[in-house]
Amino acid sequence: MSDGDVMRATGVAVPGARGPLRCRGLLWSLALALPWVILLLAWVAVRSLSAKYAGLVPSPLAVLQRGSELLRDGELPLHWAASSLRVLVSVTAGVALSVPVGFALGWYVGARRVLTPMLNFFRALPPIALIPLMILYFGIGELAKALVLGYAAFFTAVVVLYEGISRIPPIYVQAARALGANDRELFSRVVLPLALPHVLTAARVALGVGWMTLVASELVSAQLGLGSMIQVAASYFQIETIYLGLITIGLTAMLMDFALVRLSNRLVRWQERIRP
Amino acid sequence: MTRLPPPAGSAPASALDGEIRFNDVSVRYDGIPHGGWVVRNVSLTLRPGEFVSLIGPSGCGKTTLLKLAAGMARPTSGSVTLSGRPIAAPGPERGVVFQEYGVFPWLTVRENIAFGLSLSANRARLADRDAICTHYLQSMGLADFADALPNTLSGGMRQRVALARAYAVNPRSLLMDEPFGALDAQTRLVMQDLLLSLQQEERKTVLLITHAVDEALYLSSRIVLMSARPARIAEVIDVPFPYPRDERVLETPEFTRLQAHLRVRVMEEYARQQREDRITA
Repeated sequence: MSDGDVMRATGVAVPGARGPLRCRGLLWSLALALPWVILLLAWVAVRSLSAKYAGLVPSPLAVLQRGSELLRDGELPLHWAASSLRVLVSVTAGVALSVPVGFALGWYVGARRVLTPMLNFFRALPPIALIPLMILYFGIGELAKALVLGYAAFFTAVVVLYEGISRIPPIYVQAARALGANDRELFSRVVLPLALPHVLTAARVALGVGWMTLVASELVSAQLGLGSMIQVAASYFQIETIYLGLITIGLTAMLMDFALVRLSNRLVRWQERIRP
Repeated sequence: MTRLPPPAGSAPASALDGEIRFNDVSVRYDGIPHGGWVVRNVSLTLRPGEFVSLIGPSGCGKTTLLKLAAGMARPTSGSVTLSGRPIAAPGPERGVVFQEYGVFPWLTVRENIAFGLSLSANRARLADRDAICTHYLQSMGLADFADALPNTLSGGMRQRVALARAYAVNPRSLLMDEPFGALDAQTRLVMQDLLLSLQQEERKTVLLITHAVDEALYLSSRIVLMSARPARIAEVIDVPFPYPRDERVLETPEFTRLQAHLRVRVMEEYARQQREDRITA
């Protein structure tokens, strides 16, 4: 998809030099496909090493077949939707909550000094280790999973945010003050736009942590979700389904990250980046 | 060129209007040699509409003086006043121009210039916002870049935006901390002429910090030479060239003589600063 974009973009941009640019687009798509091809080759190669390996590692084709089976009977979409929904809702909530806290910590040195030790304490607790407690207090329903996920997202995002906000160049604040900005105007018209890239970075990191935590919590307790699909498949020794679950998680996380990057490129077009 | 609407609600001009006065100002920071004094007993008055340059060895405390006038720092003793009133905080009646521009990267050129005009502190000028923006876009030679983002502009262009943004809110005075220090020599000359013509149009009280002796001579009506740290006033020079000035000033024997004199005096203070730094290091 993105290699197609590259081809189209470069081809249109400089009509006079189409040949070499189209060539470059082709090279790009090859470069993008290469690591995946290597991965696939390694996968097949492992299977061909011995019969024992071939028994433990399903062939890509078998996984694909299982995928189309589960896609047709609607099981895979159901699990996928359950997991994606949990991640989206909980990570959004966690990041949303981290914004005011991150701002307070980034802006007020006093708050940062007082609260950083506690922040580090809670941040160090693996969310997965909280799952038993959460189940004890909130049952095995959606709430427990949402809390664990939100917890993971919040503490990940808050650190990214306050680090970013505490590094806002003071010159912009001074310039706005010298033009007459009061506290409210300074916040809404200078600090907020400068913080937006950090909010998006925080969301990206939290999304990654969210997927990790989600699957762990689904492994422990869930009837629906890619984690529980993997768990059930493991007890019936359906290795193809395990592979299918993992690949689905990876692809979904990849797509979500891609969407966020596109969004942030659009929103913070003004940022000076080091371009390749 | 469009005529600029007169500043709405401007106070009747008094004798003090726009005057910046440093009254026996001293500043002390912790953890610095000489008992922490960076500025010692500086008294200086910038008359309304006067263009004063501060020159002196780097790190001598010039920027501290500018920060006091901007309201970004407080004197340990003494006081700084604008139009007779003590300066307590940054405010729109004192524009600040930084060496690193400080142009807001997320706003276009026009939006940068309009930024101050839409703040509640400058409500009086809000009605004329578009006219003011257009005026400064033209007089600064930025009209073709009105909708550009700063990251597409050169350093000189960015500093034009910063100047326009500062002038747009019609401050009584302008404080400039080596505004052209990061620019190449040619751009510097162009910017100096631009500043002279702006000053010709609307007389502000200007405090300019610079390393460049020729820049100080070309632009200012008075030059204050600062000593090595802690900063004291070492010498005050009245620049004899009448305004409006142009490059012909640079070829006069008087310019050459003053330039040579100031260079020697700055180097003396610079050498003293180096000695002091070695002793206290």
